[in-house]
Amino acid sequence: MDLHFADAEATEAERAAVDRFMSAHASETGPTKAARLERPRSRERRDLLLPGLHALQAAIGWISHGALNYLGAAIAVPPADAYGVASFYSMFSLTPQAPNVLHVCDDIACRANGALEVVDECERVFGPEGSGDSVTWHRSPCLGRCDRAPALFVQRAGEDDFDHGPVHADLSGRAIDGLAELEGMNIDLGIERSATPQGQAEVRLLRRIVERIDPSSLEGYRANGGYAALHRAVEMGAESIRDLISESGLTGRGGAGFPTGLKWKMAAAEAAPRFVIANADESEPGTFKDRVLIEQDPFALIEALTIAGVSVGAEKGFIYLRGEYPVAGRRLEAALAAARDAGLLGRDLFGRGISFDIELRIGAGAYICGEETALFNSIEGYRGEPRNKPPYPTQVGLFGRPTVVNNVETLLNVLFIIMEGADEYRRLGTPTSPGTKVFSVSGHVAKPGVYEVPFGTPLQDLLALAGGMRKETGGMRNITSFGSVLLGGAAGTFLGPEALDLPLANEAAIERNASLGSGAVVVFDTETDMFEMVSRIAAFFRDESCGQCAPCRIGTVRQEELMVRVGSGFDSGGLIREVGRAMTDASICGLGQTASNAVVSALDLGLIGGDA
Amino acid sequence: MSGLEFILDGERAVAPAGSTLIRALSANGVETPTLCYLEHTSAPNVCRVCVVEVEGSRPLVPACSRLLEEGMVVSSDSSRVRHARKLVFEMLASSVDLSLVSEETGAWMREYDVDPGRFGPTLRTDGPAASMRPGHHERPDGLSFASVAQPPLIQDDLYVRDYAKCILCYQCVNACGPEAQNTFAISVAGRGFEARISTEFEIGLPDSACVYCGNCIAVCPTGALIPRTEFDLRASGGWAADRQSVTRTVCPYCGVGCNLELTVQDGAIVRVDSPLDHDVTSGNLCIKGRFGFSHVGAQPRSEPA
Repeated sequence: MDLHFADAEATEAERAAVDRFMSAHASETGPTKAARLERPRSRERRDLLLPGLHALQAAIGWISHGALNYLGAAIAVPPADAYGVASFYSMFSLTPQAPNVLHVCDDIACRANGALEVVDECERVFGPEGSGDSVTWHRSPCLGRCDRAPALFVQRAGEDDFDHGPVHADLSGRAIDGLAELEGMNIDLGIERSATPQGQAEVRLLRRIVERIDPSSLEGYRANGGYAALHRAVEMGAESIRDLISESGLTGRGGAGFPTGLKWKMAAAEAAPRFVIANADESEPGTFKDRVLIEQDPFALIEALTIAGVSVGAEKGFIYLRGEYPVAGRRLEAALAAARDAGLLGRDLFGRGISFDIELRIGAGAYICGEETALFNSIEGYRGEPRNKPPYPTQVGLFGRPTVVNNVETLLNVLFIIMEGADEYRRLGTPTSPGTKVFSVSGHVAKPGVYEVPFGTPLQDLLALAGGMRKETGGMRNITSFGSVLLGGAAGTFLGPEALDLPLANEAAIERNASLGSGAVVVFDTETDMFEMVSRIAAFFRDESCGQCAPCRIGTVRQEELMVRVGSGFDSGGLIREVGRAMTDASICGLGQTASNAVVSALDLGLIGGDA
Repeated sequence: MSGLEFILDGERAVAPAGSTLIRALSANGVETPTLCYLEHTSAPNVCRVCVVEVEGSRPLVPACSRLLEEGMVVSSDSSRVRHARKLVFEMLASSVDLSLVSEETGAWMREYDVDPGRFGPTLRTDGPAASMRPGHHERPDGLSFASVAQPPLIQDDLYVRDYAKCILCYQCVNACGPEAQNTFAISVAGRGFEARISTEFEIGLPDSACVYCGNCIAVCPTGALIPRTEFDLRASGGWAADRQSVTRTVCPYCGVGCNLELTVQDGAIVRVDSPLDHDVTSGNLCIKGRFGFSHVGAQPRSEPA
């Protein structure tokens, strides 16, 4: 194939950014490349497209036609394809923009805490969304900082990105005048204690975090039990690890709840090369547990993914981290380097002939890339569109190879199971949902944060741990009593006061037509404008649908449009339910299949649509 | 080839192993509506009007790409299937101009009593939403309903891209790329409802990598990609299917032997295709075979003096 590039020259700075990026990747070989050759659709270095676009965006602040041509020529990707990929992600700008971009969260948890005032303030200070020469701003879906709502994420050309919260309306003027000052604040807040206010309760995954072990120190990690599990796993051998994980009853924490041991066995039964992936593309609105787990205990994820690699027989692992988590990204990068230096990643580990290394991949603003097959396409340099299943990832996954994708929290449980055994793991939880679950609690609670409780804990006990309802929201208005909770994020369901006794376990949730999903728990008081919240969820899915299949691409649009009619009393929600059923039944992936859950549950609860 | 037994709409049925459900159903006399599916290309699997119910699967499954398994229990006409097909057709018809889809598709839409007007009047948009940042959109007003209506792109004499008729089936992208031409002039750009078929930075087709083979036209199911001759005749009201005949011949330009189907109206060639099921072409041609016919009707030049 001869590539054809239309006339558009890269600037010197753009060429330098691409050249730097390419020379950093020039020497790469290994299992990724070997596997890629087996996939006819793939071309040389297409997998460098997404990080290459990141390199341009980070250095220049936007991606020009000339820059895209230059990158495309370097990695042999046709410019139309590269444009299709670049225009898929909301963190890439294909038009010139200010070098400092504030992504202001206006999603549900931040909205419950004054995000719209911050939006108004941004409009007042900077002008219309997207305008401005040195600073611009955009509304953003959930940034995963719901514990410090309202939040923003700052993307900068030539300097590190950072995130910040809580931003109060009166602060946003400062946010702009003093970016450096804010960034300093962020570094202090990076290991912000309030994210894990749980104290010394019986926690497993949060132990090192609650005990305030320094997340940047490999020595500190090892002195507190770190890497004992990997050593034991290597002693046990791959098959015994898989048996132990099966025996424990560990299920996936990303939302689907698939048995982890079975997934590992299925992949291990297929021919090598295989891959393991930690899915850290945490984007479900109201969910921030994986961010906290990674920022404050990054070595644990690296150790757990290494065990997964050893057990599945993979020599290469990926961590796919959402682009809006800059602190987590920097800490993982540093931790990976430290682990490599210490001989904990690389070739011939422990003198046993085991090779395993991990590559960190950064997303670029697309909720759908948390769907595992969309995640494969994103890593491979294609648009983050889900693939049809079957075949399943354990058979045909990343680069067409057998692949295990596990949520961050799922993997961290592996460390506990290996050290303490399956029986001890099962001591907490319910028979069908053994172990603990980490919940992200936000909204109108007194102490929003990450909480680890045994499966089966009643919802009201979790809310009590989070301090119950807060008394006020930063001077805006007084919080009243419990009104409703959104369980499982935007893809989840609204539950009312009658559900406060709900045991937080997969089977109990299903009985009430709900799902724990990612473990997001967003609490609203009785005075919250629920129509506004549900409308935001409808808008979220309309923004985040990848557009591949018709039911979701058009259904999410119709759902949001019909919401306006429901709100104005023209419609009782009949047609919206019909659209929802079609999306649930006919969409390719979980996004479309769950895009109507929250809306329909709000109709069922009478939170919206009562008047028609 | 061995046969697989399965249950189709309550009856025992058999189809060859390796069949997709759509073929297995057809072999047992049950037809399935399709839009993005073509027999000779790999199924894009995106329009979802072909969904059927398979016992044990929570969502419905696409008949175009799902392989038949021994013992499968398939319902092709359950209330869930009918509902999903009807709604998907209604959603498509409410946002896309489906006036040029096949007769068969039209019949299916009547079968399911498709009424796109249930969503209200559609909103005309004046062009592709290329300027919209992914993840952002205009808030709806509750009165108008979004569509992909936009003016056709007429950038040359050979073919027109009328994306108001595009259902985003990916067939053209695949034909331009890995399925046929390996040119990669177009891709899907943007996201969600703003997703669209595009060159890089929306540049004009003549500036792009396009080689004008027109193989995208051959696979377009909705007439969004259409030869200029046909587009102009339709625009002027001169397109008359009842005055047309189709003649099969062999392309005279080189020695490959591509078959051509010439659509002729009033003594003039108005469109050239190649049969999708042809051994040599699979429906594909080059710029000469597909567009190099104007000389046929040209007036003889006068002899030099």
